[in-house]
Amino acid sequence: MKIVLEHLTKQFISRHDANEIVTAVNDFDFEIPDGKLVGLLGPSGCGKSTTLNLICGLEVPTEGKIYFGDLDVTNLPPENRGVGMVFQNYALYPHFTVRQNIVFPLENLKGEEKMTREQMNEKAMEVAKLVQIDTLMERKPSELSGGQQQRVAIARALVKTPGVLLLDEPLSNLDARLRLQTREQIRRIQKETGITTIFVTHDQEEAMSISDLIIVMKDGVMQQMGEPQDVYNHPVNLFVAKFLGTPAINVFDGEIKNKKLYIGDDCIGKCDADDQEVYVGIRPEGFIPSEKGSLKCRFDRIETTGRDTSVVCHNEHCISDEDVRAIVDSDEKIVHKDGITRFDLRKGKYHIFSKKDEKVIDA
Amino acid sequence: MHNKNNLKGWLYLLPALVFVGVFMVYPLIDVMVYSVEEGYNFASQSYNGVGLYNYSYVLHDPYFLQAIKNTFILVMITVPLSTTIALLISLALNSISKLKDLFQTIFFLPYVTNTLAVGLVFMILFKKTAYSDGLINMFVNLFGGRSIDFITGSYSAKMFVMCLYTIWVVLPFKILILTSALASVPKVYYSAAEVDGTGSFRTFYKITLPMISPMIFYLVITGFIGAFKAYSDEVALFGTDLNSAGMNTIVGYIYDMLYGNSGGYPSFASAAAIILFAIVLTITVINLMVSRKVAVK
Repeated sequence: MKIVLEHLTKQFISRHDANEIVTAVNDFDFEIPDGKLVGLLGPSGCGKSTTLNLICGLEVPTEGKIYFGDLDVTNLPPENRGVGMVFQNYALYPHFTVRQNIVFPLENLKGEEKMTREQMNEKAMEVAKLVQIDTLMERKPSELSGGQQQRVAIARALVKTPGVLLLDEPLSNLDARLRLQTREQIRRIQKETGITTIFVTHDQEEAMSISDLIIVMKDGVMQQMGEPQDVYNHPVNLFVAKFLGTPAINVFDGEIKNKKLYIGDDCIGKCDADDQEVYVGIRPEGFIPSEKGSLKCRFDRIETTGRDTSVVCHNEHCISDEDVRAIVDSDEKIVHKDGITRFDLRKGKYHIFSKKDEKVIDA
Repeated sequence: MHNKNNLKGWLYLLPALVFVGVFMVYPLIDVMVYSVEEGYNFASQSYNGVGLYNYSYVLHDPYFLQAIKNTFILVMITVPLSTTIALLISLALNSISKLKDLFQTIFFLPYVTNTLAVGLVFMILFKKTAYSDGLINMFVNLFGGRSIDFITGSYSAKMFVMCLYTIWVVLPFKILILTSALASVPKVYYSAAEVDGTGSFRTFYKITLPMISPMIFYLVITGFIGAFKAYSDEVALFGTDLNSAGMNTIVGYIYDMLYGNSGGYPSFASAAAIILFAIVLTITVINLMVSRKVAVK
């Protein structure tokens, strides 16, 4: 099912000061195409979960409308929207078995939708098989591992065959290895069912790896929406550029003078924009070590973590929190003369942002 | 090493064990001994023989049978009723946001009020005097009813006041426990239930109730024990001569046997105490068995 948000805004009265109004979601206006897996991404407190709750129906928007397909669901209660929700800590009822948990939503059905006990069990078994927990049906949630609980929660959300599946930080309670497995599971389940799925996360890697589309948020405002790789390669502003990618993008103070881009005294490329001070963001993989390279950095050390070899160096114009970090080919020879390493920059792996509004400037 | 540690452990426990021994175990054994000593004489500290005569006497004493009847009626009416009412009030308290603290304080006030002071208030509400028939009777009259003598009148009227009083006295503690139990149920379960379209009654019955059931069982068990040991509330309402008021309880009977006007019979009192002990133990074991069975389910 297609989801359309129209100028969606949600304001709360501040918990600390009754006169202060907090805008958790600010004028959201976008469309999520049918059958996509969408990652809603942003730092803590940026309004991701509120957005999810609005779509789910647990919160009522201050302004704006929500459509599922052509149906205006803005004022519908959650149960009439056809949504399934997986909560961050799963919210499995501890006193029910896995089967009872999954069947619970079906028992609420009224009127024509009402099911017999056999139909319910059949349906529960069907989704349990889908998420591969069909052998655990008689266990209590406390007897399951975190990953299994997660899958029970997904099964419970799917049992009514919702048009929209919502997941709030689905992987945050799992350990690293399980997180990888589970995100593949979510991907697979989403593909098998074809249900439009939105999941909230603050982990950009998680969002990038499994989403068809990602939406980056900051302070209640949508920053950018698009295919993960596309957003990564073409960030619209400095925030998006900094938020996506590990290690993070290296940001430098720079300047455009006479159609040329400078970092300090080093001219690193051309730029058509007007003369101005700018930020230059260079992806770690955007550095090419070269004896005649244009960007000069003071060499510090080489770090090898698994398959990545990174050159750590200093540059006085770098304003990121850490040192300059360049990821290079492991067989690349790093030459440093008098403690200075030189790099050329890979086209498309660095971005220029205006100092005024931090928006991207086309090179 | 192992033994030494064991010794140390017992040493740490010693103060507690001494107190339990002196004030719990020894008296219990002593009471059992008293209860089988026939014809015990308080002055000479002598007795004629050992047997079950004391039990037989107590169990044939109409006052004791009346006390058992009163106590059982009190227990069976007040425990379920007070727990249910407390639950309803807690649910209401939990669902309001304004003035919640104020109401919580108001509902807790009776708990810190002296039993006898509360008894006095009930006297004003219910007692007939030369000048008035009591506040409640004024209302009864207002609606065209005839005055009822709650304090010295019919058994059912007296029992009604007794139960009302008991419920009112035990309510605050139950409300306190249940409101905190309700508040401790994570909100996310209600969100999940809402998304699934669970009706409010079903949410309560299927989610809230099971989640607070340990606290409810705790209240029922302690409620039973407390109601079986009722005595001071009766004195507050009907005075010290409970036997003639027909409102005596088991503990009241034990007290009367020891110190009352007809007192001075520690053997009979001991036998009655042991019978009470057996009753409370049986009921508590049944309660625990039921709660365990429900919890497992």
